[in-house]
Amino acid sequence: MADLQYKIIVGLEIHVQLCTKSKMFCGCAVEFGAEPNSRVCPVCLGMPGSLPVMNKQAFEYAVMAGLALNCNIPMFTKWDRKSYYYPDLPKNYQISQYDLPLSENGYIEIPLESGQTKRIGIIRAHLEEDAGKNVHSSGNFSQVDLNRTGTPLLEIVTKPDMNSGAEVRALAVELQRLVRFLGVSEADMQKGHMRFEPNINLKITRNGTEYRTPIVEVKNLNSFRALERSVSYEAQRQLDEFLETGVVFGMGNKTTRGWDDEKEMTVLQREKEEAHDYRYFPDPDLVPVELTQEWLDEIKSRLCELPLKKQLRYVQEYKLSDYDAGVLTADRSTADFFDEAIKAGGEPKRVCNLLTQTGLKITKEKNCSINDLHISPKSVADLASMVENSTISASSAAAIFEAMVKTGRQPDILAQELNLVQKSDADELESIVDQVLAENAEAVADVTSGGKKEKKARGFLMGQVMQKTKGQANPKVVSEILAKKIG
Amino acid sequence: MKNLTAKKLRDQIASGQIKSLDAVRNIFERIEKYEPVIGAYISTFKEKALERASQVDKKISAGEPVGQLAGVPVAVKDNMCTTFGATTCASKILQNFHAPYNATVVEKLLAADAVIIGKTNMDEFAMGSSTENSGLKQTVNPWDTSRVPGGSSGGATASVAAGMCFAALGSDTGGSIRQPASFCGVVGLKPTYGRVSRYGLVAYGSSLDQIGPVTQTVEDAALMLNVIAGHDSSDSTSVSEAIAPVCDYLTKLNEPVDKLKIAVVPQFNAGADQQVQNALNEAIKVYKNLGAEIIEIEMPHLDYAIAAYYVIATAEASSNLARYDGVHYGHRTKDPQNYIEVYTKSRAEAFGQEVKRRIMLGTYALSSGYYDAYYLKALKVRNLIRGDFTNAFEKCDCVMMPVAPTTAFKIGEKVNDPLQMYLSDIYTIAANLAGIPGISIPCGFDDNELPVGLQILSPAFTEDKLLRIAGMYEKHTNWYEKKPPIAGYK
Repeated sequence: MADLQYKIIVGLEIHVQLCTKSKMFCGCAVEFGAEPNSRVCPVCLGMPGSLPVMNKQAFEYAVMAGLALNCNIPMFTKWDRKSYYYPDLPKNYQISQYDLPLSENGYIEIPLESGQTKRIGIIRAHLEEDAGKNVHSSGNFSQVDLNRTGTPLLEIVTKPDMNSGAEVRALAVELQRLVRFLGVSEADMQKGHMRFEPNINLKITRNGTEYRTPIVEVKNLNSFRALERSVSYEAQRQLDEFLETGVVFGMGNKTTRGWDDEKEMTVLQREKEEAHDYRYFPDPDLVPVELTQEWLDEIKSRLCELPLKKQLRYVQEYKLSDYDAGVLTADRSTADFFDEAIKAGGEPKRVCNLLTQTGLKITKEKNCSINDLHISPKSVADLASMVENSTISASSAAAIFEAMVKTGRQPDILAQELNLVQKSDADELESIVDQVLAENAEAVADVTSGGKKEKKARGFLMGQVMQKTKGQANPKVVSEILAKKIG
Repeated sequence: MKNLTAKKLRDQIASGQIKSLDAVRNIFERIEKYEPVIGAYISTFKEKALERASQVDKKISAGEPVGQLAGVPVAVKDNMCTTFGATTCASKILQNFHAPYNATVVEKLLAADAVIIGKTNMDEFAMGSSTENSGLKQTVNPWDTSRVPGGSSGGATASVAAGMCFAALGSDTGGSIRQPASFCGVVGLKPTYGRVSRYGLVAYGSSLDQIGPVTQTVEDAALMLNVIAGHDSSDSTSVSEAIAPVCDYLTKLNEPVDKLKIAVVPQFNAGADQQVQNALNEAIKVYKNLGAEIIEIEMPHLDYAIAAYYVIATAEASSNLARYDGVHYGHRTKDPQNYIEVYTKSRAEAFGQEVKRRIMLGTYALSSGYYDAYYLKALKVRNLIRGDFTNAFEKCDCVMMPVAPTTAFKIGEKVNDPLQMYLSDIYTIAANLAGIPGISIPCGFDDNELPVGLQILSPAFTEDKLLRIAGMYEKHTNWYEKKPPIAGYK
């Protein structure tokens, strides 16, 4: 059998919908799920005589993303028309950016399962307007909904630097977190805010000779799962095809395939990529955008520490687990809240536990952000300190957290009111321990004899103390007294 | 009333001497009489106009302040969107298109209390130099009905010349205001690119298109420009007033032009008919007698203007007209078999020959592999032509040249020879490529009693000075008082 090795090579095109209030070139609202053709005007309908006006916010969001992707941001960028006929594109050209995109030559670090990161090159990221939607119902016609027409999209093109479905997925997930962190996109997959088009082929080495399979582009994937699986499926399919037919890169053009989510396979869409001629030329209705240093600095000032960097810092600096650090940095408001609580003197691990175990449970139930709970980072820091110095137990902390959210009051007051302050007074606890020991001679004997029953008997005695103190005894102090009395 | 200018009519309406209602009635009497011969209008709005006129009259009798065009009957070219009536661009593809919004200039006319009486004929999508390319009707020249009115704003210029409105708005992409103005013996001003909002002007060549007034006098052109000029946040290419402030063109009109220096381009003018050259030379003599200095300059790149124009304008047009596809509005073919046929058949059925020709030229010029050789090269030529003007204006206040190489030609004379037709724009195109303002004013007649125009070009955003220079001539000549015999004048 021949000696055969192969490597998957994947580059991605990603469309990210920016979360501006209005569309890219008109004042219409960007709104998901509105009644068809209700969020339209002469401009996004491409009516005769209408003219586009650039949404400055969209441009600034795109520059923020470009900066976060470590791209070079040219001071001069322009708009081009990309021509093709399709019913969901009312002008029959799309306003996009061709040879002078607003950002280029960057990279993104993605986390690998090994805990290492990998750098994936970004060729460019540019702004363009989205098309509408063709609705195919039964019958001898189609309908067109133009609500989405003109929605600002950031198109990001990566270098073919990814070598597995898992890496492609990691990039997609990391990018989602990044744009959410920046606040430039909601990146809601269900609403189609992120759409992926992987370009996939294989580098095969057989008997010392290297072959490359023809590139396949899988169109319009809108879930991480479909993205990862389509890449893995396609790799296997290309390998099989190569072994069967020997077809290699350069024999015929790039083909386009779609993903069948039910059958979990890619299906051929276009055998030979039609020789598309988009006839790009500069849009004469829009003026080029010339950034000033002042403007660029202002946009830069809105950037923040990026999520992956923050996550790594939490692990290194605060010794949090990678998992916990990931949860805290999943969105910017949680991470900011955490940072503020640490600044207010909270012990990182305790604050982390309070936020991940209680805070985020509440936000998930309420489907809101941590800021919507109307509690201050300082109060959570104080709560953490109360656990840290044993004023309250870890389990009471959860109850107090919930009470803080309900009442908006401070944790120390709530601890008093709810009778959750632990008894740590050794003298007081000692007399209770004495009482328990006197009442339970059998258990005491089990402990002192040191047999099989010792552990259970200790637990029983501790439980009795807790019962008498209504659970408020500091277990650490009780353990110490018990150890002193009965060894 | 028919001998009044728009300015005089406005003043008399505002002072209560004339009722706007009477002016509008009078205009519709004239339209009913002469329109069957001239064919200037695609649509008219008699009821609406009369209603509006009486509203303006009411305002005046109530002593309320009124706008600069109070009660004046005006017309707009049918490529400017109006919520009333259709906006056809003289094309079958938009024959029944009703715009959901008013063009910015239309809003401005209405805000100035003008009475819009109708929409004028044109070459289909403003592509042409004779209005013969209208897909809907023919317009003739009021001075000789066997001749063309020029184009593409031929309906607007014929209407003003025949006294079927007091002023009109045209659009000028390569001479479409100035050339028909010269053919019809009226004043036509193409403002600087960016001076007047294009929002609502159905695009032909977006980087060249500009709306401007067609009027009887220079003063009326200043009045109309007062109303329509200015930045518009809906048009990114309209220039900010911080960069180029608008001014009161009317008040400025009477300020003298000191030490006026005029440049002529002898080698370039030599291509015009002898009678056109004679009229130009006579006009320049008038300026000389008024104390102006005349210098001769060279503009080496003007010879390439037509070639560059027909690449740039058609390239933009091929993209601008892609939206007329039968899907969302406008003409749709009957019983298409699939969506590709909706496109191909709808467009094949409803676009005229010249529009198809230009779409094909432009599509070709933008095609992969040809872009650099055509479109990019044309942009370079455009820059050279801009440079020619920049250099010229370092030495002079304005450049004077003919508007067109000939006076109005016969209907049908050039329809089958597109290149000859394209050459009618040889003197006007450069101003569009350079983005500078240009005006055509009447400067005499040829042996056939056909009007000849004088073209004056000045630096960007110097419309005030341009109008003053044109006004000097008008004050010392009486060509503008001559009216075509057909329309009840004389």
